[in-house]
Amino acid sequence: MALSSLTVYEAQDLLRRKEISPKEIVEDLVRRIEQVDGAVHGYLSFDPERALKDAEQADVSLPLGGIPISIKDVVSVQGHPCGCASKILQGYVAPFDATVIKKLRAAGAIPFGRTNMDEFAMGSSTENSAFGPSRNPWDPDRIPGGSSGGSSAVVAADEALAALGSDTGGSIRQPAALCGCVGLKPTYGRVSRYGLVAFASSLDQIGPLTKDVRDAAMIMNVISGVDPCDSTTLDELVPDYTADLDKGVKSLTLGLPKEYFIKGLDPQVEEAVRAAVGRYEKLGAKIVDISLPHTEYALSTYYIIAPAEASANLARFDGVRYGFRADGITGLLDHYGKTREEGFGQEVKRRIILGTYALSSGYYDAYYLRAQKVRTLIRRDFDDAFAKVDAILCPTSPTPAFKLGERTGDPLQMYLADVFTLAANMAGICGISIPCGFAEVEGMKLPIGLQILGKALNEATILRVANAYEQSTDWHLARPPLGWPS
Amino acid sequence: MSATKFDVRYVAELARIKLEPGEIAAFEAQLGHVLEHVEKLNQLDVSQVEPTAHSFPIYNIFREDETRPSLDREAVLANAPRQAQGLFIVTKVVE
Repeated sequence: MALSSLTVYEAQDLLRRKEISPKEIVEDLVRRIEQVDGAVHGYLSFDPERALKDAEQADVSLPLGGIPISIKDVVSVQGHPCGCASKILQGYVAPFDATVIKKLRAAGAIPFGRTNMDEFAMGSSTENSAFGPSRNPWDPDRIPGGSSGGSSAVVAADEALAALGSDTGGSIRQPAALCGCVGLKPTYGRVSRYGLVAFASSLDQIGPLTKDVRDAAMIMNVISGVDPCDSTTLDELVPDYTADLDKGVKSLTLGLPKEYFIKGLDPQVEEAVRAAVGRYEKLGAKIVDISLPHTEYALSTYYIIAPAEASANLARFDGVRYGFRADGITGLLDHYGKTREEGFGQEVKRRIILGTYALSSGYYDAYYLRAQKVRTLIRRDFDDAFAKVDAILCPTSPTPAFKLGERTGDPLQMYLADVFTLAANMAGICGISIPCGFAEVEGMKLPIGLQILGKALNEATILRVANAYEQSTDWHLARPPLGWPS
Repeated sequence: MSATKFDVRYVAELARIKLEPGEIAAFEAQLGHVLEHVEKLNQLDVSQVEPTAHSFPIYNIFREDETRPSLDREAVLANAPRQAQGLFIVTKVVE
């Protein structure tokens, strides 16, 4: 068995028994990347020498000692490039570690390669990367999801043991679903955003993409917690997320929101999710129907709030202090206009313009303020639901992975890929996507994700619910064929 | 909130992004489409609803007012597109 296909806890066990060394894991990952990443294109860059040096010094007695973790290109790792898959950050090398990276290092982990993404995390397919899309390891003609599509692809293709992603509207959960891995979006404020390049500051969270639920719990144990460098982090105790994993679902009530089983939901996705619900009943959970009445407004709310916040956050990319600056500048306005024209890709420009419009004089109340009020209604829906249920079960994505190029001409169609994941970010609650089956499309097997949503700070509950299902199925053990030519 | 076609050229100026004429036309059509979808929010009566800016309103997060080390000047300047003598070189601001 190749070391690159190990889970984090399997690798940890072998490391602690001295059957393998951290160096061997890194070497094996490098071999695997050389073998398949030409076709997958999950990595933007990686630095084997630095990783090997870190591996030599790794203390395997630490919680993630000697475990390489791949990092989405939006999280700062000191001395590594951090480009957000954008031309405007070309040549930028992070001068500091994000808090999550400091925590990973303190736990003995090795920050590994930089994974591909939609530029500035804006997108659902990685097709907005300035460096070309990643491909779904289950079918090279299809997208791996996004924006953390590089992270999900490298985990699914065994080019990483685990990865970090970021989730603003579904960017961890949706790619995890489409690539057949596990992806967890923590409660807003559970994990520090310090060192995460900001997209929409009131929605962004960093979280793990892993091969199974236990690995996600182990990484959450390390990266969670209050941070003086991020004043929005919550000063709440971080429990041991692995402690309740095996407690089962017998005493739990799980809600099925009727608004998530609608027209537009792929029949094979619906069948797989309903089968998973049946499995939970067999495992002893009580299933109840619930309603989240404002679900249909989540997409519109999101596409005002997220671009508005992005338009302010991305004002810092001005070609002065870091990154790209256009040539042939004639004056100050020309400097900004040209640098941002040439530095940003289409989708980023589109969202900055949409957000600028929503915040502009005369439109603020009609768009931004109204969207923030609807956000309150969406949040209340979840408050009401969690008064009755311990967690919510629903599909992660309405369809399996779509084809490259299929939706690039129609932004609204692309935005609909996140229709089931956005609401959790609006409400600030936690959610996880786990594999729950496969769709057969044009002769290819495509993974389907089950989404489990939990109350704020109830990561332990959704991990427990996820683990109960995972332990009774073997979807998470399936690996993509990857026999296709590069 | 009835304007589903907006002046992309003017907004792009506010956002300090130059656009090609072709891009302006494409964005006008695409974003008009998105704004039509957003019109949906007008169906709701939100007159009695407080806005949510953050999911968990937490207030008054202070730290001790102490000096702390910051990044080295060299480390900061290393990423600059143009720099000299410990300074960023910027485009001329005054005429």
